[in-house]
Amino acid sequence: MDVLTPSTLDEALRLKAEVPAARPIQGGTDVMVELNFDRARPPALLNLNEVRELRGWSRENGTLRLGSGLTYTEAMAGPLAEAFPALAEASRTVGSPQIRNRGTIGGNLGTASPAGDALPPLLVRGAEVELASVRGARTLLLTEFLVGPKRNALEPDELVTAVRVPAGPGSETFMKVGPRNAMVIAVVSLALRVDGDELLASYGSAGPVTGLVRAPLSERAGFPEQVAAAASPIDDVRGTSAYRRHALRVLTTRALDRCLA
Amino acid sequence: MSAPARQLELGRIGEIVRRPDGIPKTTGEFAYASDLQAAGMLWGHTVRSPYAHARVLSVDIGEALRMPGVHAVLTHDDVPGEKLYGLEFPDQPVLAVDRVRYFGEAVALVAAEHPEQARRAAEKIVVEYEPLEQVRIHLAGVGDAFGGREDLSMQIHGALLALHASRPVKMVYNREESFIGHVHRHPARIWAEHRATREGKLVAVRMRILLDGGAYASSSTAVTSNAASFACGPYDVPNALIESTCVYTNNPPCGAMRGFGAVQTCFAAEAQMDKLAAELGIDPVELRLRNALAPGHVLPTGQRIEGSLPVADVIRRAAELEPPPAEELPRDPLRLPGGAGNTTRGEGIRRGVGFAVGFKNLCYSEGFDDYCAARVKLLEDGSAEVHCAAAEVGQGVAGVILQVARTELGIDDVRLAPHTTATVDSAGSASASRMTMMASGAVRDACRAALEERELRGGEVDIERIYRHPRTSPLDPQTGQITGERAHVAFAACAMRVVAEVDLELGLTRVVWIGAAQDVGKALNPQAVEGQIEGGTAQGLGLALMEEIQTRDGLITNASFTDYLIPTALDMPPVESVLIEDPEPDAAYGAKGVGEPPTVVSTAAILSALRDATGLELNRVPVRPDDVVGL
Ligand SMILES: Cc1cc2nc3c(=O)[nH]c(=O)nc-3n(C[C@H](O)[C@H](O)[C@H](O)COP(=O)(O)OP(=O)(O)OC[C@H]3O[C@@H](n4cnc5c(N)ncnc54)[C@H](O)[C@@H]3O)c2cc1C
Repeated sequence: MDVLTPSTLDEALRLKAEVPAARPIQGGTDVMVELNFDRARPPALLNLNEVRELRGWSRENGTLRLGSGLTYTEAMAGPLAEAFPALAEASRTVGSPQIRNRGTIGGNLGTASPAGDALPPLLVRGAEVELASVRGARTLLLTEFLVGPKRNALEPDELVTAVRVPAGPGSETFMKVGPRNAMVIAVVSLALRVDGDELLASYGSAGPVTGLVRAPLSERAGFPEQVAAAASPIDDVRGTSAYRRHALRVLTTRALDRCLA
Repeated sequence: MSAPARQLELGRIGEIVRRPDGIPKTTGEFAYASDLQAAGMLWGHTVRSPYAHARVLSVDIGEALRMPGVHAVLTHDDVPGEKLYGLEFPDQPVLAVDRVRYFGEAVALVAAEHPEQARRAAEKIVVEYEPLEQVRIHLAGVGDAFGGREDLSMQIHGALLALHASRPVKMVYNREESFIGHVHRHPARIWAEHRATREGKLVAVRMRILLDGGAYASSSTAVTSNAASFACGPYDVPNALIESTCVYTNNPPCGAMRGFGAVQTCFAAEAQMDKLAAELGIDPVELRLRNALAPGHVLPTGQRIEGSLPVADVIRRAAELEPPPAEELPRDPLRLPGGAGNTTRGEGIRRGVGFAVGFKNLCYSEGFDDYCAARVKLLEDGSAEVHCAAAEVGQGVAGVILQVARTELGIDDVRLAPHTTATVDSAGSASASRMTMMASGAVRDACRAALEERELRGGEVDIERIYRHPRTSPLDPQTGQITGERAHVAFAACAMRVVAEVDLELGLTRVVWIGAAQDVGKALNPQAVEGQIEGGTAQGLGLALMEEIQTRDGLITNASFTDYLIPTALDMPPVESVLIEDPEPDAAYGAKGVGEPPTVVSTAAILSALRDATGLELNRVPVRPDDVVGL
């Protein structure tokens, strides 16, 4: 297996166009698990760790632009944590310190798991995903990008370059339920945001894709039930469908109290 | 605790001794067996059954043999001599012959230059199965996975490949394969009935224990008997009727695991004691004290307690430990149920306090008597060399051996030769809370003999001694009563007080604090004893709250650390330990084994706290969020 290590975005896009089967690798916390378990044997890895354009975050005209190489540790600290508190809270729930040091937002989008913890906070902000290829750049709403369980709208020659969310004020939180107090995949998770007169909730691990539910603030009383009803959870080794729905009701109630306090 | 007067590394008996493997294990430099390398080494790989029960119609290895790098592909045809093995009955095939009886049973072996070549070749082996109906007796929650050291897993397989290929062969089970290839704790279903006088004196206990042994016997009969021996808990019970049964199923094989049958029954018996206390309106600790077992009492098996067993003291000292005051809100979510998940700021939280006590046998029982050898050389230069094959499996026995030798010989310059049976007789297994007891006896005897010898003859001395514990004999298979003086060598008790917080709406928990009092005989290395108590407690906490091997039709559905959860540092509370030193008369320095009692008790004690917090019966472990919220 070859490892291709571009040092600029242009070079990365050119390599991806030449070898579309090359597997992008950022933190490797999903890719390496697949390789070690022999679930995938791509002909090449496209190592994006040297591509400076993908790293870090910036604030541009009322928008937060998060590079696809932004790590959870970076999202948990400093002004970004203040500007995007639900993402910081979600990042704190991810894996262990080692995983948070390596794992990236772009990798979470690449994997597109319904349990991905970065996804609910991004969805309640109405995030847009920036995609690029040698053919040019395009932008998709995150809801359009997530097309199924572990499936996204990336074309074979494309890379995720960044995610953008409005930087505006609002009150938000993220919660994740697991039977262990750290380092656990979500049995169910919830991000909730109160944006002016609008309520937005996004749930993880309670349907084939991370779901988004909206309602006017005036419908606050029925919102927990609305979120629980919108989800389509299943029974699996991590939890039961009935529990997931129940927990969504409890989490939404608590999150509303938190955000509207 | 007494402050060590001398260098941490050179401690004598009763002092804190720093472990030489502590730093390398923490920094990741410690060389485990899976780090071994040898020139010309091949990699072994096991081909396993995808069925829980099937007839094996054919195994075609032709294509696998032609794959690159392959040096050996073996099936049951290649097993010379005995084709079956087992700890008590040889019922388990080295490689499946015409039938597989559990998911993951070994069918064929491959050795190749590279692990990936071995894996690829294994994929080319064509095994034709005819799935068979499984005999399913009952479905129960499955327990924990640890302590497979007692059993065979890859040992025969590796040896076969090496013999066949005439090369060193390395086999490493990955995490998933470890769930399949190693034995587990027996899942159990227990029915119990307790009778007592109004004053809270136990009159009779009836218990039926049903254990799922899985596909092969391993040590199931001993575990089944042990569950019966310790079914009543450390109480003086004048009348007991205990029925303990183990069944074969097509579930993953079960065997020895820390606590060896006493964990399951302690959970049941202590839940009963709490219920009884509530029914009688007697304080649960007081009820336990009124029935505490003591030397002179007779166990349900007819064995009279002769040595040390300070149960009342253990109960009292644990009950005296003062839990920390309730923490105020708001607080860091890491200090709330749900932890890093940030699920509550205090909503739904209820605090509960629980208590439990348990006991267990030390060393092998029921006539499975064994021994431990040690050899001591006193050299010209005044130093000494100790040989003892006691297996250091992380418990710290290597340090204890040196402490004993330095204590007995009165010198600092003592070396421990590599653990091997090449230069000294067997030490027996590192299990049954026996290794420290047996090894310290053997090393003590060898050191004393060596000093005597030098006194008599002078010069260099080289002497080996065998240490044996008091003889035991089997229980009568009809009556369950002792057939000699004793079925068990010695006993140790442990009691715990637990504070837990439960989020009643989400069913999430946080164990806040555990106070433990343990009967240790004599703490040879107090810090190591506390380490055993903390580790054993963590394992019982895992069983109480999260560790469960889930199966569907005999197939394991969560064979990974993603889905089989074990406690993290955030789940494990601080443990305050009191070591109760009441010497065991027949043991070297009075020391008792300490590894198992905390595991026996902590599950029961945590459940007691969760019941206090929730008001629910919670008669199943691990407790699932669904059980708490009532789904
Ligand atoms: C022990 C452990 C614990 C974990 N805990 C959690 C958890 O609590 N919550 C959670 O959500 N996840 C968890 N994960 C999964 C993982 O850490 C996250 O999904 C993480 O965000 C992946 O990021 P990465 O940079 O490591 O991705 P990588 O493994 O490098 O890549 C992941 C996927 O994205 C693709 N990809 C990466 N970058 C790009 C790009 N720029 N353009 C296009 N495709 C790209 C890759 O090809 C691959 O398909 C855990 C993983 C482990 C091993």
